Amino acid sequence: MAIDGPTIAEVLRQQGISRRGFLKFCATTASLMALPPSMVPAIAAALQHARRPSVIWLSFQECTGCTESLTRSHSPSIEGLILEQISLDYHHTLQAASGTAAEAAREAAMRENAGKYLLVVDGSIPLGNAGFSTIAGISNLDMLKETAAGAAAVIAVGTCAAYGGIPAAQPNPTGAVPVSAIIKDKPVLNVPGCPPIPVVITGVLAHFLTFGSLPELDALGRPKAFYGESIHDRCYRRPFYDQGKFAETFDDEGARKGWCLFKLGCKGPVTYNACATTKWNQGVSFPIQSGHGCIGCSEPGFWDAGPFYKALSMPIGPAKAAIGAAAVAGLAAGAAVALRNRSAKKSAQAAHQKVTIDDLEKSK
Amino acid sequence: MPSTPADDEAWRGNALPLLNEIRHALDRLLASGETTVIDLGALPMGPQDEAELLAALGTGEVDATINAGGPSSVRETAFHGVWLVTHRNETGETQARFIEVAFVPELLMSQREDVADSAKALSEQLREEQNIRK
Ligand code: SF4
Ligand code: SF4
Repeated sequence: MAIDGPTIAEVLRQQGISRRGFLKFCATTASLMALPPSMVPAIAAALQHARRPSVIWLSFQECTGCTESLTRSHSPSIEGLILEQISLDYHHTLQAASGTAAEAAREAAMRENAGKYLLVVDGSIPLGNAGFSTIAGISNLDMLKETAAGAAAVIAVGTCAAYGGIPAAQPNPTGAVPVSAIIKDKPVLNVPGCPPIPVVITGVLAHFLTFGSLPELDALGRPKAFYGESIHDRCYRRPFYDQGKFAETFDDEGARKGWCLFKLGCKGPVTYNACATTKWNQGVSFPIQSGHGCIGCSEPGFWDAGPFYKALSMPIGPAKAAIGAAAVAGLAAGAAVALRNRSAKKSAQAAHQKVTIDDLEKSK
Repeated sequence: MPSTPADDEAWRGNALPLLNEIRHALDRLLASGETTVIDLGALPMGPQDEAELLAALGTGEVDATINAGGPSSVRETAFHGVWLVTHRNETGETQARFIEVAFVPELLMSQREDVADSAKALSEQLREEQNIRK
């Protein structure tokens, strides 16, 4: 799965980095991959043999937010991780070459690393009319199929590539579909989020870099290490939810005291992502800490799942009781709550409502 | 000390369970020498939690900086054996933070591979100096 050349440990050593510096790199990488610190020796051992993988990055119907997010990841820095440890052979936005030279670079990387390179995709693929989105005169569909053919695996970065995202929101004018609707014969790993948390993108790349394999995935193709728990399960405001203390407006007493944002439309209970612990902007904060509910951006169809400021159509009382029971019965019951919450979201989707100015201002 | 979510003030309920976990880790260290590392980036922390935790742990006798791939600070807290390790990259951005319960945090120790390199380097240096003096 990797190109020839020095191993990552050798590269670091050539750069004059000591074993101590290497262990520091391994400790931050473990934290980045959401692995327990006890995994550091295993990471160190794996990096002794890991080689730089070749990466081709394709951008289809997207807003470049995912690339913006990636280039703001801090640990390890984009320069360190992507440009030194990974051989990024093609990326429209980040590469200097353009036009024919850029396409030649992509073809060369595909040829030289056939069967071994990692394909990263952001953006959805329009099936409606090939002309909706093309690169160098090649339709997104053709370029994806052609480039995926020789890839070891495909990583769909962002909710658009993972689940269709905003381009696929009703009425889906371009017939947008996610990568997984087209690529069926390769492992497709989804890293959703609008955009995904920067360190989650680099964390997944770091996992591939370290172990030469993809991490364990959930039923929606997401790495469990980052998407294994709901925002609600890891939310520091959760004790207020359990006590039934809710902010009713964005400027009432409850809001000032940091109470639960459920009634203001928080989708944390049905959203699986790492925001509540990893946080954003170098761990400074995340939406709920800044006083705004989660909008569920890492879930399929989040854009059509009802107004952002309308509380989930889920009875608060019984959910509380069920969560109390979950705490006693352990994980299995927790999963049951999650399942029920998901079905609550499905019904919200079915009864799709348009957002009105009233929703946004949410008069009590 | 107000430390439960029942307080209407900004919530800071995570410090207390963490302090308990650290206390158990100290027991393990004493009983079997087993060290414990807790990744602070993997825990749900409210806005006040961190300040609360750091205030509770206080400042101890050792404050070291490791300059390897950016500065890392290794500080012993007021509780001997409880260390706060903060890794930063070259531009000073925090990359990871750990509580390490150990007699000496692993990274403070010289690593075998580096010591072997140093033994070679020093021999080399001595040889050169001897050549110059000849
Ligand atoms: S509903 Fe939202 S704000 Fe309330 S506890 Fe759950 S995730 Fe946190
Ligand atoms: S808090 Fe929710 S909506 Fe916001 S980034 Fe995280 S998963 Fe997406």
